Parts: sequence; C-alpha cells; structure tokens
Amino acid sequence: MKIAVASGKGGTGKTTLSINLSSYLAENKIFKSLILADLDVEEPNSGLFINGKTVETVEKYKFIPEWNKEKCTNCGLCERVCNFNSVLQFGKTIMILPELCHSCYACSELCPVDALPMKPQRMGEMKLVDASTYTFIESRLDIGQEQAVPLIAQTIEYIDEYSQSSDDMVIIDSPPGTSCPVIEVAKNSDFIILVTEPTPFGLHDLNLAVETMREIGKEFAVVINRWGIGNEDVIKYCEDNKIKIIAKLPNMRKIAEIYSEGRLIYNDVPGFKAELSKVADFLVELKRSSN
Amino acid sequence: MKEIVVISGKGGTGKTSLTASFAVLGGKNLVVGDCDVDADDMHLLLKPDYNVKENFKSGLYAEIIQDKCTACGKCFEVCRFNAVTIENGVYRIDELNCEGCGYCAEVCPEKAIPMIPAAVGSVFKSNIKTGATMIHARLKPGADNSGKLVAKVKQDAKAAAVEMGLEMILIDGSPGIGCPVVSSLTGADYVILVTEPTPSGIHDLKRVYELVKKFKIRAGLIINKNDLNSALTEELKKYAESENINVLSLLPYNEDFTKAITAGITAAEFTESEISGFVKDAWVKAKIDIYKEK
Repeated sequence: MKIAVASGKGGTGKTTLSINLSSYLAENKIFKSLILADLDVEEPNSGLFINGKTVETVEKYKFIPEWNKEKCTNCGLCERVCNFNSVLQFGKTIMILPELCHSCYACSELCPVDALPMKPQRMGEMKLVDASTYTFIESRLDIGQEQAVPLIAQTIEYIDEYSQSSDDMVIIDSPPGTSCPVIEVAKNSDFIILVTEPTPFGLHDLNLAVETMREIGKEFAVVINRWGIGNEDVIKYCEDNKIKIIAKLPNMRKIAEIYSEGRLIYNDVPGFKAELSKVADFLVELKRSSN
Repeated sequence: MKEIVVISGKGGTGKTSLTASFAVLGGKNLVVGDCDVDADDMHLLLKPDYNVKENFKSGLYAEIIQDKCTACGKCFEVCRFNAVTIENGVYRIDELNCEGCGYCAEVCPEKAIPMIPAAVGSVFKSNIKTGATMIHARLKPGADNSGKLVAKVKQDAKAAAVEMGLEMILIDGSPGIGCPVVSSLTGADYVILVTEPTPSGIHDLKRVYELVKKFKIRAGLIINKNDLNSALTEELKKYAESENINVLSLLPYNEDFTKAITAGITAAEFTESEISGFVKDAWVKAKIDIYKEK
C-alpha cells in the first residue's frame, strides 16, 4: 500500500511527518515491512534526517533523440511532428533542445531514414538506503534538468518492483504544489495525507490540493501541523467539506529547534508522539479495510 | 528595468510573506507578479481586485472521435505515456496522462485524433491595496504546463511596467528547481534568496543557487528564523561569503510573522511588532544591492 504525504503549500511539514511517521511505524513494527520514498526529486530532504547505509546507487536516464547528420535527408518531418519545439531545423542542420524533449519518440520513430536514434541522457540519481528498521529510497534530479515527472515515474516503477508483498507499507514524501510532479505521485498512490497549517496560506493551499485530489479521484485526509498558531478556520473548512482530520501536530519552538538539528521529534516531544500514533492507527485501519 | 525574483528552494521559509511585505514597501513604484502559481498566496495579503481576467491555454491534448475510429490500435502502440486506454474494444484518451505530444494523432490512419488546446488556468491583472498593479494566476487543478503559466505572468508584468513607465518588477517565485523556477529566473536581474538555518533550508538553498549561477544572476540572502540554530546560521553566512552573495538580513524566529498573515496584513504593516522594522531594513538593503554597480 502506498501513502503519499503531500501538501499544496511548501514547508507545512511533509518531510517532518514522513520521517517521524516512518521511523515510528518501523520501530513499533506496525507493518511487516516499511519503505520511505522521497519523491520530492527537486529538493529531496528526508535523507538529511536518516543515518543509514547506502546499499545501491542507480543513475537514471531519459531518452533523447540524437541527430545523425550522415543519414539525414532534411525532409523536415521531425521538426513538424515535435509539439514541444525540441527539434528545430536550420537549413541543413537539425538541432535538439534536450530540456524541452518529453521523450515521446515521435521524431525518432517516424523519421524515414532512422536519422534520430534515441540515446540515454542522465537526469538524476536514485539510491537505496538501509535505514536499519526500514528501507529508504531517494531520487534526486540533476540541477538544470527541468522535468521531474520522468524521474518520479521511473522511481515509482522501481518501488513497485521492489515491494512485491502486499503487506508492505510505502510512505512517500511528495513534491509540493498541485501540478504535474505531485500528480504523478498521487495518481500512483492508494491514499493521500495532506499536511497543512492553520493559517490563511495553509488553508488556501489546502483547498487547492483538495480540488486537485478530487479532480484525479483520489481519497485523502488531513494532518494539521503547527496546531495552536494562526486560527481555527481549517477545522471549519474540513468539517464543511467532510474531510477527516487525522491528527494535529503541535506548534512549539522546541520542535523547530529539534528539526533544525536534523533529529527526529517524537522521542523528545510527548505531545507530538501522541498525535503521530493517531496517524499510525489511521494507517492500520486503512490497511485493514483495504484487505 | 529591474526584475527581482524572490525564491527559496524549500517552502515555508517566509518567501511569500516577505515578498508581499516588499510589495507594500515598494508602493506604486513597482509591478508585482505572483509566479508561485501552484500555491498562489500573495493575494491573501495584497487584496487584488481581479480587474481583468484572461483564460490561458498552452500545450495540447489528444481526443479520439469515436465515429471515425476503426479501433486499429496504432495510437495505443505508439503512446509512451499510457494515455491511450482500451475498454471493451473502445479506445479512449486519459487526459491526465496525455503529454500532448501528438504522436497518436500523427499515426492515426483515419485522422480521428484531433489535438485540442489545453486550459492551463487563468491570469489576472489586478489593482492591489497599495494602488499598484499585480499580475497573478490560478493554475487549473491537475493542469500541466505551470512553467508556461509562470512565463505568461512574467510577460504580462513586464508589459504592465513598460506601459506605466515603472522601473521595477517584484516576483514571488516558485519552489523547487524544475520548470516553474527556471521560468521564474529567466530574464531576472536580481534574486532574493530566503532560507532558514535548518538542514533542509541549507540543502535546498544550495541546490537552487546552483541553478541561479547557471543564469548568472546576482543574489542577496535573507536568513529567516536565524536564532533557531546559530551554528547553522554561521554556516549559511560562510556559504554566502564563499559564493559572493550579500547577506541582506537576519530575521528572528518570531510568531508575529504568522500573526500578521492570520490578520491578513504583511509583516511590514504590523507596526506594533519588531518584525515590521526588520523587513523594512531588509528591503532597504536589498534595494541598495539591486542598484549597486556590478
């Protein structure tokens, strides 16, 4: 079962919840085996809180056409079929702009003389880490690469192959926002936990995230972080829209300080641990009802 | 004209709160743009009037005309995005998966697959509470092409500034390092980086600054919540020095920032609190650095 921890607004505590929840679930052996995956590939942070042993590092590639000048007859078909302006013809020269290419293969496969074979180009790196009580998987986009989706999609394929047993629980630290990267994660997950904070910013972005999840037809529930700051509008919003609030993680300067030291929170803050156990209970029930 | 973009890499560092404060302090002398189109929050503090609305389309998606379709399956064979589905012998396009590449349309022998312009969202030109103009957008839930929407916001903001003879555009940028950020940074003159002394804050700042360097844009740094972890704040200052980034301001960990947001005002307007003084000082320092000779 795959659970995506997501949010509209950045910095609401996705990573804080993901790492603390994973460690708590693994430590208490709540599921048979546990995987934490950081798919916020543009800015992956979960690994900063994990002292584990890297088992495997895999370079990840996407496929880009490469122009073969000798074979090319300058027929112009490649430029015409490319909808992303990634293939351009200047006189007798074909230019490829890799950052615009979506790897659709149209130019390559439709070329009548095979002058645009697809060649691998590195887009990032995935690593598999033994975090002692659980498995951690992280993917990291190379700087200068604009498209997160291909790397996310390949990593999800890897996770699905890696976790063969239906008893596995996979927690996914997701990208922020409501556009393609988070949708790629959400559409491949079984359930979404939306993390928000009780402020006008948090509420506004929660609403956008809720609309997005409804648009793609995914089930979700909410965890409120920094509860105690701001106001109670988010509670009313969830009640009005019949959205379940799983837990309310407390707002404390001490939590921010522990986070800044790169440490887990629940061992030092009982109020945080009590709320975290509610999330664990929720997942147990979710898993039970899905079987 | 100077185009200033505020970015942070990591979310929740105070980027939007500070950009809105600077927008208020800049008054009518600038045009404001909200390029954080996934999580457009600046309007909650700047109160735009949504004066002009434009629907923005970009990119395409495929659609199968069932009357023309002979179920030959060519579209299914060529699609790399699992966007062509078959149910009871009927081929359909899953719009959510469709990248808009048009390969299926190209190979369809019956010409049964038109490519249709995709709605990305709406772009607004507004007057905000200071009397200045703001360009902002609303991404359609689940839409692709947020980078194109960012480019559109910037283009409109520039046009508005030219029209009014203004010298500055202030942009709230997007998080991450992908296409929306690349779009936000393209053509910018100065970047204000906002971070916090946490492992994630430092990590994300370094990654996004690598991107800024590729664009050869000068940058200033604001360290928010600097007293949360003094060792990491020192590390950030050293990093800034080594990269030739001017440290513009060290802001305290102060929940008044959240109180201001909750009251619907910017930190700059929260004059009962020390934070208004801090952000005013940061804006002055930023302006000096922006107009400094290279």
